Amino acid sequence: MPDVQALVGDFALKLKRRKVEGSHASARQTAELLRSVVSQQRLPHAGQAAVLIDAVRAVGEQLIAANPVELAVGNIIRRVLHIIREEDLSSTTTAMEGLGLSADSDDDNAGDHEDRPALSAAAVAAAARSALRAPSLHTLLEDIPESAAVPHASSSGGDSEGKSKSAADKSLKSRKLKHDVIEAINELIQDIDTCHEQISEQAVEHIHQNEVILTLGRSRTVKEFLCAAKEKKRSFRVFVAEGAPRYQGHVLAKELVTKGLQTTIITDSAVFAMISRVNMVIVGAHAIMANGGVIAPVGLNMVALAARRHAVPFVVVAGSHKLCPLYPHNPEVLLNDLRSPADLLDFDEFSDCMDFASRGGSPLLHVVNPTFDYVPPNLVSLFITDTGGHNPSYMYRLIADYYSADDLVVKRRSTS
Amino acid sequence: MGPKKVARSASSDDPEELARVPLQAVLLADSFATKFRPITLERPKVLLPLVNVPMIEYTLAWLESVGVEEVFVFCCAHSNQVKDYLNKSQWTKPPSSFSFSVSTIESHDAISAGDALRVIYNRSVIRGDFILVSGDTVSNMDLTQALEEHKDRRKKDPLAVMTMVIKHAKPSSTTLQTRLGTDEIIMGIHPETKELLYYEDKADHLQRVILLDKTLLMENPALRLHNDKQDCFIDICSPEVLSLFTDNFDYQHLRRHFVKGLLVDDIMGYKIFTYETHASYAARVENFRSYDTISKDIIQRWTYPFVPDVQYLGIGYQAKLERQGIYRAPDVILSRSAHVGAFSFVGNGTTIGDHSHISTSVIGQRCVIGKNVVIESSYIWDNVTIEDGCKLSHALVCDGVHLRAGVILESGVILSFKVEVGQKLVIPAYSKVSVLPQPCKQDSDEELEYADATSGVIESPSITSVANARNQDLLSDMLDVPGSDANKVGISGVGYIWSVSEAEHDEEWRFSIAPIPKEKLEKFSHSAHDDNDEVNHDESSIPASGELIPDSDGTDFDGGVGEDYRDSADFENEVEATFRRALAGVDVQNVILEISSLRLSYNMSHADCAGALFYAIMKSASDISYSNNTELSANTKMEINKWKNLLKNYIKSQDEEIEVIMKFEEICLETIREFRPLFTDILHHLYEEDIITEDAILSWENEKQGADESDKIFVKQAEHFIKWLKEASEEDEDEDD
Repeated sequence: MPDVQALVGDFALKLKRRKVEGSHASARQTAELLRSVVSQQRLPHAGQAAVLIDAVRAVGEQLIAANPVELAVGNIIRRVLHIIREEDLSSTTTAMEGLGLSADSDDDNAGDHEDRPALSAAAVAAAARSALRAPSLHTLLEDIPESAAVPHASSSGGDSEGKSKSAADKSLKSRKLKHDVIEAINELIQDIDTCHEQISEQAVEHIHQNEVILTLGRSRTVKEFLCAAKEKKRSFRVFVAEGAPRYQGHVLAKELVTKGLQTTIITDSAVFAMISRVNMVIVGAHAIMANGGVIAPVGLNMVALAARRHAVPFVVVAGSHKLCPLYPHNPEVLLNDLRSPADLLDFDEFSDCMDFASRGGSPLLHVVNPTFDYVPPNLVSLFITDTGGHNPSYMYRLIADYYSADDLVVKRRSTS
Repeated sequence: MGPKKVARSASSDDPEELARVPLQAVLLADSFATKFRPITLERPKVLLPLVNVPMIEYTLAWLESVGVEEVFVFCCAHSNQVKDYLNKSQWTKPPSSFSFSVSTIESHDAISAGDALRVIYNRSVIRGDFILVSGDTVSNMDLTQALEEHKDRRKKDPLAVMTMVIKHAKPSSTTLQTRLGTDEIIMGIHPETKELLYYEDKADHLQRVILLDKTLLMENPALRLHNDKQDCFIDICSPEVLSLFTDNFDYQHLRRHFVKGLLVDDIMGYKIFTYETHASYAARVENFRSYDTISKDIIQRWTYPFVPDVQYLGIGYQAKLERQGIYRAPDVILSRSAHVGAFSFVGNGTTIGDHSHISTSVIGQRCVIGKNVVIESSYIWDNVTIEDGCKLSHALVCDGVHLRAGVILESGVILSFKVEVGQKLVIPAYSKVSVLPQPCKQDSDEELEYADATSGVIESPSITSVANARNQDLLSDMLDVPGSDANKVGISGVGYIWSVSEAEHDEEWRFSIAPIPKEKLEKFSHSAHDDNDEVNHDESSIPASGELIPDSDGTDFDGGVGEDYRDSADFENEVEATFRRALAGVDVQNVILEISSLRLSYNMSHADCAGALFYAIMKSASDISYSNNTELSANTKMEINKWKNLLKNYIKSQDEEIEVIMKFEEICLETIREFRPLFTDILHHLYEEDIITEDAILSWENEKQGADESDKIFVKQAEHFIKWLKEASEEDEDEDD
């Protein structure tokens, strides 16, 4: 599949060069790429799921290495891996149970995948249970056959039974598996596309009349959330902390004003002074970690602390593609992206401080410009994702729904 | 606010831009300088690692990020290495959706940027505006606006052929020089149009005087002089630039010749504009000093996204940024007691032993560093072995170097490829050590940068012989002391310590990696350095028709005399060189053209041309072997006949004729005394050939009437001839009556 390889290389290069902006775009493009990887993957008769998983893993490893800071890429890869496992499981379950279901009903199955369809409920429950199990060292290291990854007696039995079926049946099954997986990925892409709408639908439930909302920097999700509330005739005021050093808050303020929202810009340092007048803090996130902690634009930890001090609810809005099954202490999580000091200082004005030659050869002026902050879970009041509002302590449960414990480390099996 | 500048430029696929000619760039993978010797004897400068990535990667990555679609890499010295590197790199095989292609143009006889551009012109690959950079540029600048400005200007004024990118550098006037080791640049810029009106990169600090052409002030209502701008050496050029280089084949240096030439030339009226960039980073690795500074800037992430942990550059592995700016490759073996300090980079596969101390240094791949080693502000490339107890400070150590136990490198030491240093040796400050012996003759700045056995252009025999004798030397190194000037680097060491001439030694501290010593720094910032004269000889300076002293607005012509004198000597040399080319078979028309352009650029009169050319002819005549005066006379006459037409081009009036005679006198008196007895003879010949009229001879004689006796030798010698002339003219007059 040279064309797929080219596509992958292409996207990896884009990620490497930081040409894909934002987690939403990264997530969407990753999902689309994986869809073509899956659709072009040639499948053998036996162990199809394993082959698919291996292919996706190989691609995933490459993409994650290309930009380890963008966690959304890894999330989508794990989601797709989970989809493959689930589809495999549900197809073997149906085969075992010999229900003779038509392909159509199975398709419905796949279509309703996110909504916990009744038909493959057993399989889903099993998967969920398996994922719920703590990712122990044993499961991480053990090279379990992919199809048997879910320790479900009936499913493994079904697996062998399914394998022993006739060749014709297998080829049918292979097409079906692939088809189901692609359907599910389409579903996922659609989810990513509509996450903003789904989140902003909940806006009126959270924003009330005459409230004062504070946000920092600019997040598309936050913008849509606020605008949706405004469209539903809620009248409220927004304080926008400008979000130094990139000052995206200015952009957000402009956008809100064009929507007719009463907006006030404050400096980041004025957050504490203003927080007592604020009813709710609504911010976006870069990623939500498994423990309910948030990797967010720099400055948010400070805002969260101020909100806690004044008992103001601190609400994080984020699409489910930002949900990351890793913990912030995992070695795979590269917490920060340090940008150019040029955002902070004008190099020209400070070039004499960078004059190493006349200052003994070592730089005395250091500039640190991190992109992200970590907000611990105890400072977050509520997460609003496309599936609804959740407590930080509930995050692990959501993650168990979306990811399989075997995929936490995305690596090709040969190398692991 | 400029945060997403790089990102914005990346999305260059809007429909309007797709319709245009693809943006092209010319990358000169040869700096045509010798600043990086001895390292560049073995590897081209663009492939030297800068924070563990070859310099050319930074330039290519930047070009890619500003939306350039086609890059022509011009390689000259070590062209095979550059080509091999590019073929293996990520740039020549981009994935389908990236419209970024890199192709090489190779030439072995280019010795300057001018030659390179002429070669590129002949290939006729440039179709529209292009970006001209050298392969050692590090930048993260967004060029979109500069390109737009350039295009808009071009629409309005087709004579605006070039936009030069400059950068503000504040605040102390010496920062630029001490940071990057470059010379101070004085630029005169029109405050509104940003047109470049004056450019001088070797301003004389001692006099604190710059010379401005009077017409410059007459033509422009306002002129702003800057000494706080840094030239980024990034130029946006129109295709005319290439043809200009081809038309003026004496343009060699981009700045000294081309920019100054265009600024002085008021016939064609081409204009150069400037674009000042803020916030973003741009600099050029010109010497070891800027190598050091730019490395540190990269580690401090001023060049984001071109930093080691973002895989924009083809580094091949993912370096991880840890606290305090420590970059660490995935596969590093670091002893528990070893200490890596802030702002360091440890490359892949490197081992660092117990109690070793590393600070603000860059260490390459697969190095082995022993115990108790102290490395401070140094650059260590790949596969270096440093044994226990070595001390390095402000040193640069190339690939494959072996330092045996206890070696101490003092600040500013450069160890070239595969040098081995014996035990407990102290290499003195600022020394350069190479396995290749130093060429005995130091080439001037303008000549070829690298000795390359495959390039057949090297005129200096010393370098070629070095290349040939390379293998032999390597063998003999181990056994005996090769030459008187070559010092051995300790027992079982391999390499020569390059000696540095006195004149250069003064300069050494400016260009070295080592920090500038305190007393030098004070001297540098307070008074001036007077070592500029030595490097000035090949520079064409702007004619001193008016002189502006910064703190007074009166004009003063005192300083101009020396300038003029030097100019005329330069001019004569240039004309002679041109004439020699004519002898070598260059078309006479071209020679005329070239001399004319020389005349313009040196602001000389026709008389000066005639004089200089006559001198050149006489010299060539005297170069032909002869046994007696008759033969010399015959030779000279033959030469004169041969070049009569050329000479006549410049002899337009009596003044020029007199100049020729005076020149002839001067030749006989000073330079080629052999002509002394032949003066009258040749004068007569010139008269016969109608090169000199009798009026000229007579007025020459008149002029000499009042001169000293010593000046009259030749008048006396020619007495008969003059008398004859007078009689002849009287006869003519008689006949006329």
